[in-house]
Amino acid sequence: MKPTDTTNPDYFHKVVDCQWACPAHTDVPEYIRLIAQGRFSDAYLENRKSNVFPGILGRVCDRPCEPACRRGRVEDKPVAICRLKRVAADHRDDITDQLPKAPAETNGKKVALIGAGCASLGVANDLAPLGYEITIFEALGATGGLMRTNIPRFRLPPEVLDEEIDYILDMGVDLKLNHPIESMKALLDSDEYDAVFVGTGAPRGKNLEIPGRYDSDRIHIGIEWLESVAFEHIETIGERVLIIGVGNTAMDCCRTSLRLGAKDVKVMARKPRGFFKASDWELEDAEEENVDIVVNHSPKEFVLEDGKLVGMRFDVMEYNIDETGRIDRGKAVDEVMIPCDDVILAIGQDNAFPWIERDIGIEFNEWDCPVVDEKTMMCSRDGVFFGGDSAFGPKNIIWAVAHAHEAAISIHKYCQGEDIGDRLPVGLNLSTQKMGMHEWSYSNDYDPAGRRLMPHVDLKERFKKLDIEVELGFTAEQAAKEVERCLNCDIQTVFTAKLCIECDACIDICPVDCLTITHNGEEADLRTRLSAPAENLEQALYVSDDLPQTGRVMVKDEDLCVHCSLCAERCPTGAWDMQKSHILLPYAADEADSKETTAA
Amino acid sequence: MSYIAKPRVSHPGLPKNKLGLTTRDYEGTVSTLCAGCGHDSVTAAIIQAVFELDVEPHMLAKMSGIGCSSKTPAYFVSQSHGFNSVHGRMPSVTTGANAANRDLMYIGVSGDGDSLSIGVGQFVHAIRRNLNMCYMIENNGVYGLTKGQFSASADIGSLPKKGLPNQQEPIDPVSTALSLGATYIGRSFSGDKEQLVPLIKGALMHDGFALVDVISPCVTFNDHEGSTKSYAHTRQFYHHVTDMDYIPPAEEIKAKYAEGEAMPVELHDGSTIMLRKVDDEYDPTSRAAAFKYLRDHFNAGEITTGLLYINKERREMHDLMGNVDTPLAELPLDSLNPGSTELRKILKRYA
Repeated sequence: MKPTDTTNPDYFHKVVDCQWACPAHTDVPEYIRLIAQGRFSDAYLENRKSNVFPGILGRVCDRPCEPACRRGRVEDKPVAICRLKRVAADHRDDITDQLPKAPAETNGKKVALIGAGCASLGVANDLAPLGYEITIFEALGATGGLMRTNIPRFRLPPEVLDEEIDYILDMGVDLKLNHPIESMKALLDSDEYDAVFVGTGAPRGKNLEIPGRYDSDRIHIGIEWLESVAFEHIETIGERVLIIGVGNTAMDCCRTSLRLGAKDVKVMARKPRGFFKASDWELEDAEEENVDIVVNHSPKEFVLEDGKLVGMRFDVMEYNIDETGRIDRGKAVDEVMIPCDDVILAIGQDNAFPWIERDIGIEFNEWDCPVVDEKTMMCSRDGVFFGGDSAFGPKNIIWAVAHAHEAAISIHKYCQGEDIGDRLPVGLNLSTQKMGMHEWSYSNDYDPAGRRLMPHVDLKERFKKLDIEVELGFTAEQAAKEVERCLNCDIQTVFTAKLCIECDACIDICPVDCLTITHNGEEADLRTRLSAPAENLEQALYVSDDLPQTGRVMVKDEDLCVHCSLCAERCPTGAWDMQKSHILLPYAADEADSKETTAA
Repeated sequence: MSYIAKPRVSHPGLPKNKLGLTTRDYEGTVSTLCAGCGHDSVTAAIIQAVFELDVEPHMLAKMSGIGCSSKTPAYFVSQSHGFNSVHGRMPSVTTGANAANRDLMYIGVSGDGDSLSIGVGQFVHAIRRNLNMCYMIENNGVYGLTKGQFSASADIGSLPKKGLPNQQEPIDPVSTALSLGATYIGRSFSGDKEQLVPLIKGALMHDGFALVDVISPCVTFNDHEGSTKSYAHTRQFYHHVTDMDYIPPAEEIKAKYAEGEAMPVELHDGSTIMLRKVDDEYDPTSRAAAFKYLRDHFNAGEITTGLLYINKERREMHDLMGNVDTPLAELPLDSLNPGSTELRKILKRYA
């Protein structure tokens, strides 16, 4: 193998599994260390830099970081990254004076953002401080988009939502509520805006076209029903409720039903466990509330008697799962009728752009989604940008925020007449963390503690009202314990081959046997010759230059390194060092700064 | 030394031996030697060897004297027996322990100071007795614990960190052991575990006195230019004459050996040492030839390594003395003690 090119920022970035997996690349280890130091406000602001909504995301993020967390490979359970984010939000002081501010004078450029959800708010957050005049058009009478309409209050209290949205609106954003854009053509033709951003989400719940669908008013579309509950248009539901589908919306629907008076709630899944779309933790939370999850039932028809919904008929399915874990289409082996009073359909959602004319230069693909550039977020018409679910279909909040940062850069460059494809590269800073002979700037010892459990409001208590937040947040003691589980993957093991005397000290001390000195070879061959099996092909081998004394190479399997620093401590020559990698992600403000610097 | 202990977390895919243990289960406390000390690598090699031999920790006794080397038994197999004796007296303490319990596996870890200066008398007599033990010398040419004075194994002309070169003849533990009739003699290097681990395994399984002299650089006081026991010097003048594989009893010999290259030596328990000659000329069964070869290469400035001599004919201490197979420590008192009537009979012989 060739020596690893550690000057490419991606190499060390990938080692920080959580940060790499996060679409917005939040510097997780850094904010966890700040929490450990009791610097909650700093931890909050560190989060806000990349993910804009720490208080919201600390409760309802899809947390792609956690399945990626190295701790989950070394032991069983990953660090509770998401809930630590909430700790930062819960315990922060007033940070308003540290937030970005809009300059006294605007730069004369106007940007329209359509939809007041996370994507548009993210764009506003990045552009308002640069002096842009921002107008947000929202069809509903409230901000937040799906964060408010689809996420129940017992998971995300409105105060949390309002506070973080206000941080953005308070920069002087012009918010027009109850102002649906009904014609994109009219908006563009008005020539009032230098750029337009579409962040309207994926607002159309999928339907289930089976017999009986339109014969009862007790069959609801999940996201519409959740919205009606959020705006208090619906306040009750029947005793027996069937939820069709087993994604995260289904979890919100079943738990909301329980709070509106349902006694018997069943989530009907077509496939067996392991093939559910819902996140494990959302499933766990629903099952804790005694929701019945029924597997292998495929909806067949709605059953009505005298025009009244009395139940639903299902095919009972059987599936074959092959060795690779793939499931076949299955076959029906039986049929069953399950009685119910209401049915909620939560089988996915689609994009819908009835208000965008198809002859104004905005190209749509075969799925009726706009054609959007993944890097710049611009569509086929110059000056029109998309982000969030409206860009590439339903994803989640953190993806919307990531899109927003990229779109903001593009909008800025577009408005300034710069090439939107010519963007600042991601940068990397490395700095040694050595403080003394055996002293490091971070808590390097491995803490074998298990993952802390989130305390919940008592089962009886929580159903009394719709807006009792179930999760109480970590206590100070829990947070203090949980932060120590973080392996500080951003404190990198950095190797300088020319200093190595091949004494083997690092290899002997490494608790997870990730180091080997051996003759170089191709990667597949090298992986068979390491101190311990290196079977995780997703994780890189760090290969050094030839070592001075024997010409062999130092190979590190990044997979299970616990960043304990012992290799560096036992190294007599300083060939190993622990260096913090700081990934420098460019935002719109950096693009603006870089031009100012060049101009000066 | 490190302030944190080596975390107990380990690679989930670590191989297990017949006892279901991993190498991690054969560790001791974290070393307090200098970072980069060769001795720590020797410790790691011992851990690997006893792991591969499926040694039950309670059947192992770790013996040592005084010195950096003699600290190392604390760093491997925490759950075995250990005795940290007086300076240079490890061989006699081991003799006593072995006399009482011949069933244990004895590993003595000594250094060039402990064995070739203060304890040289003890060292040579343990060889004479053919005491059944693995005797490791972690040989770095200096007294590291007292800040780097030359030891008895320092080569003529070797430079200290400060001061004048050494003028006195070195004592070579390998030639010394050869001249005294040791029955298993090997030399290796802390930086070459591929060679060292099988050498230690063979030494532990050999029935009799097995010497493993390991060049183990002192990273603090003897790893500079002009030192003949530095990492760089050892690698430059490393002369590898034999390789060996240790093959446990009743295990099929899987590796392929070229015609005439391999020389199997069967040990008392049915295990086999498969010797592979790197230098065709070398005969590890001839004392005289080995002695000459070592001398010639030493004079050429080379460090000859590998399994250098093996003799299966000479019997170990217990067999020379005609002792019973059962360890004396396990015999009931009445069979150990003949009683007063017998004692009187014996005393009468001298009346």
